[in-house]
Amino acid sequence: MSLNVSDLTIARGGIKVLEAVSFVLDPGRALVLRGPNGIGKTTLLRTVAGLQPPLAGSVAAEADSLVYSGHSDGIKATLTVTENLDFWASVFGQNDIAPAIAAFQLERLSTRPAGALSAGQKRRLGLARLLVTGRPIWVLDEPTVSLDTDAVAMFADAVRSHLAQGGSALIATHIDLGLPEAQILDVGPFRARAMEADDFDEAFL
Amino acid sequence: MIALLIRDLRLAMRAGGGFGLGLAFFLIVVTLVPFGVGPQSELLARIASGILWLGALLACLLSLDRIFALDWEDGSLDLLATAPLPMEAVVSVKALAHWLTTGLPLVLSTPLFGLLLSLPQAGYGPLVLSLMLGTPALSVIGTFGAALTVGLKRGGLLLSLLVLPLYVPTLIFGAEMARRGAEGLTYSTPLLMLAGITCGTIALLPFASAAVLKVNLR
Repeated sequence: MSLNVSDLTIARGGIKVLEAVSFVLDPGRALVLRGPNGIGKTTLLRTVAGLQPPLAGSVAAEADSLVYSGHSDGIKATLTVTENLDFWASVFGQNDIAPAIAAFQLERLSTRPAGALSAGQKRRLGLARLLVTGRPIWVLDEPTVSLDTDAVAMFADAVRSHLAQGGSALIATHIDLGLPEAQILDVGPFRARAMEADDFDEAFL
Repeated sequence: MIALLIRDLRLAMRAGGGFGLGLAFFLIVVTLVPFGVGPQSELLARIASGILWLGALLACLLSLDRIFALDWEDGSLDLLATAPLPMEAVVSVKALAHWLTTGLPLVLSTPLFGLLLSLPQAGYGPLVLSLMLGTPALSVIGTFGAALTVGLKRGGLLLSLLVLPLYVPTLIFGAEMARRGAEGLTYSTPLLMLAGITCGTIALLPFASAAVLKVNLR
């Protein structure tokens, strides 16, 4: 169930951003990606999640083992918190959303329309979605945006218990998550030499 | 898949979901036509089936850009693409939800609107049948157009330009079938053509839409 990324070269908008990225993420481990804005962390995570193809290299993981969470939470404003979680749970073939609601302390908000939540509460709902998917490998892009310190601690607890159950997490973030056991990978050294991608058409796709 | 269908239907019913928008537009078009062409009932009876088909087509077009745009904006589409559902299933369910919220209400309300245009009595059955057979094709083709333009800001106009030419065969055979029915002629040839077009689009276009959507999500 480990995630094996080897020699990955990725491009954004037809420009190579990172070259020859390799790492292995074993069950029970967390890997934190660091690097300045625009270095390609989001592109790397989207490639790992299978949303875009790499220019070179490979991402090897068991089928249907990844769950991706990006900058936006995928929450429908007119559905309630419970309806939102129920939907994602049934898409992923699960049915128990109670642990997710408890982990992010959404009990008191559960009947509210998601559109009436604050930015931080929405993010908590978005993170609770990870728990209802039942997938072992979490791929998270800046999960703590707009969370307060308590909620960051909630998130760290959720990640820790996920790791304890044999899951793993790949997280791009700029802040300290309070996860001392996580390995840190600085993607700076993998920055690609400024050069356009070989495939000219790629820029228009 | 059923969860996605239920969610889409529920979203359509909730505030700002757009359910009934196409129907209201259809009603307005049909009410405005007699003002435009004058209240001669023989003239209206002659053009009624064509007007009703055109109105249904435009009403369908109105809600197409919502199919994927909203899911793209709030990130749901990225998450659906990484979910266990195949993309082909996602686009098929989206098309079905669009038809249930737009096409089906149009089909069911057409007899009422036919009355406003003094459609001849013999025309009701063939008209409803032709819309029943034709509107699923409109939704499926529209879903393909919506997949092509997802991610473009204000892609609604471009979407109309892309989709309307693709609607031509459905419109020709649908309106022809309704016209022949209204005049008491046999209409089995346009019926078969219309049904064939609809079956063909339902069978083929979800694959094209899914491929296009995957490219657009990169």
